[in-house]
Amino acid sequence: MAEKIIEVKKLARHFGKFKAIEEVSFDVFQGDVFGFLGPNGAGKSTTIRSILTLIKPTAGEIYVFGKELNRHRNFILGKIGCIVEKPDFYRYLSAEKNLQIFGRISGADISKSRIGEMLEFVGLKGREKDKLGGFSHGMKQRLGIAQALLHDPELIILDEPTTGLDPQGIIDIRNLILQLKNERNKTVVLSSQILSEIELIANRMVIINKGRSVVQGIVSDLLHSEDLVVAFEVDDPVKARQIAVNNFPENEISRIEDKSIRIHLAKDNIPQITKAFMENGISIYSIESKRKLEDYFLKLINN
Amino acid sequence: MFLKSIYNEFIKIAAKPRSYLGLAAVTLLVGVILFAMKADGLSFISFITASFEQTLSFEGNILNGNLIAFLILQMLIIHIPLLVALVTGDLVSGEGAMGTLRLLLTKPISRTKILFSKFLAGAFYTFLIILWLGFLALVVGRIVFGTGDLMVLNSDGLVIIQEPDTAWRFLSGMCVAYLALLTVATLSITLSCFSENSIGPIVSTMAIIILFTIIGTLDVKIFDHIKPFLFTTHMAAWRNFFEDPLPVKEILKSAGILVIHIIVLLGIAVFKFNKKDILS
Repeated sequence: MAEKIIEVKKLARHFGKFKAIEEVSFDVFQGDVFGFLGPNGAGKSTTIRSILTLIKPTAGEIYVFGKELNRHRNFILGKIGCIVEKPDFYRYLSAEKNLQIFGRISGADISKSRIGEMLEFVGLKGREKDKLGGFSHGMKQRLGIAQALLHDPELIILDEPTTGLDPQGIIDIRNLILQLKNERNKTVVLSSQILSEIELIANRMVIINKGRSVVQGIVSDLLHSEDLVVAFEVDDPVKARQIAVNNFPENEISRIEDKSIRIHLAKDNIPQITKAFMENGISIYSIESKRKLEDYFLKLINN
Repeated sequence: MFLKSIYNEFIKIAAKPRSYLGLAAVTLLVGVILFAMKADGLSFISFITASFEQTLSFEGNILNGNLIAFLILQMLIIHIPLLVALVTGDLVSGEGAMGTLRLLLTKPISRTKILFSKFLAGAFYTFLIILWLGFLALVVGRIVFGTGDLMVLNSDGLVIIQEPDTAWRFLSGMCVAYLALLTVATLSITLSCFSENSIGPIVSTMAIIILFTIIGTLDVKIFDHIKPFLFTTHMAAWRNFFEDPLPVKEILKSAGILVIHIIVLLGIAVFKFNKKDILS
């Protein structure tokens, strides 16, 4: 089994009577892309801030790289790169100067060429001398990622890293995370509201709700990878539903939306149901595998 | 890492436009006073010396650079705290409001070291302000008005300080004035640790100075016991260097009380900053 990078045990944080987190526990292993999920106000940010020593927990324990967080704070933070919520920088300084400021106290010797390399990596080459006051949110987000990776950390914590990015930016970040995992064996903790993103790149995840960790584990195990949610766009969804019920009575027909019907079924059964539809005169306009995590997440949260 | 953090703080102060506001304000204020004195300084002097004219006769250049420097220091030293607090009150809370404190505190450097970096940068900025004020008052004042003996009107009467005796008194006086301003800077940094916006600590610092000054000037018996311990009571301690004989005991007492204030305020700031939850 891979080495445990983060171990959070029964973490709690109360602000007066308000319990931001009550009992959050999870483990992150070496090389994981770890999805951190939860609805707004679930306690994601409080948990991430506790791991980064920005907030002192009321109860619970946090171990990072096998060491107790508070006792080895500087050692641990030296190996972490992070973005916490929105990327804020010194508006009156240039992109390059901002990276120099944070690089200087990152625990590593950051050369000017390394800063240039990171700015190029996030697509900000040519803007290094521009002051941050004129940067868009997306550009700041990219700079935030450059800052997080500047000192080549072993653990990267990204809280909503794709917020404000254009579609190309989102794809770039996704590829970057996969590159960090696959080529450099980095561990990435990724908090995001975009469930499809987590589903695409995370191998393990935890879902927290109302300050408690509800479930954690390997994403494919949790989602029963053999099952899919398939949306069929058809001319007659009511008739299609009946056909689906007749052919796969044990399968869940999740819902009918306008001209489409969603069915939980195994990948191997797609040709069979398609054939059944066609034999019964149903016209199929499209077949799409829907985001399964979304269904799983909503079911878990609503329960 | 600590030295790098101090360097970072210097860069931030140097890059912030508001840092130059203080220096510009000092330049403007001193410029106005120098202009006014050049234009109508003699009538100002005769107003002061009028009560002594029957018993004393004044000869030589009374309206000289030394007197101008003394007047400038006396007029401005109570306004400079605002210019200092404008920068130092923003050091912690300004970063909190901007969101950069969140990132700063995820770096492998202790919060105490970060706070001390800010304090040292703030102390250096305060030093620059007083240095600039001293330069304008003393050097430019002497260039414009020439030099001569310094005539100081104290509550006990008139003190004449010989010209060769003025330089060290000004330097020593400015050191004590620096200590007073450093107390103000430390107070605003401490208040900055309690606030999430930058305007709060600046306004609070000034409010405290005004309150303590009022308490210090009120002739009410119940305040008599606390007056000697208020830092505002010792903000004008620099003037003691222009007494004859020199009240060494008073000067040391004032310096001691200001240093104690700085240490206590820094202690409170360190405690608060280390306990602070970063929620912004």
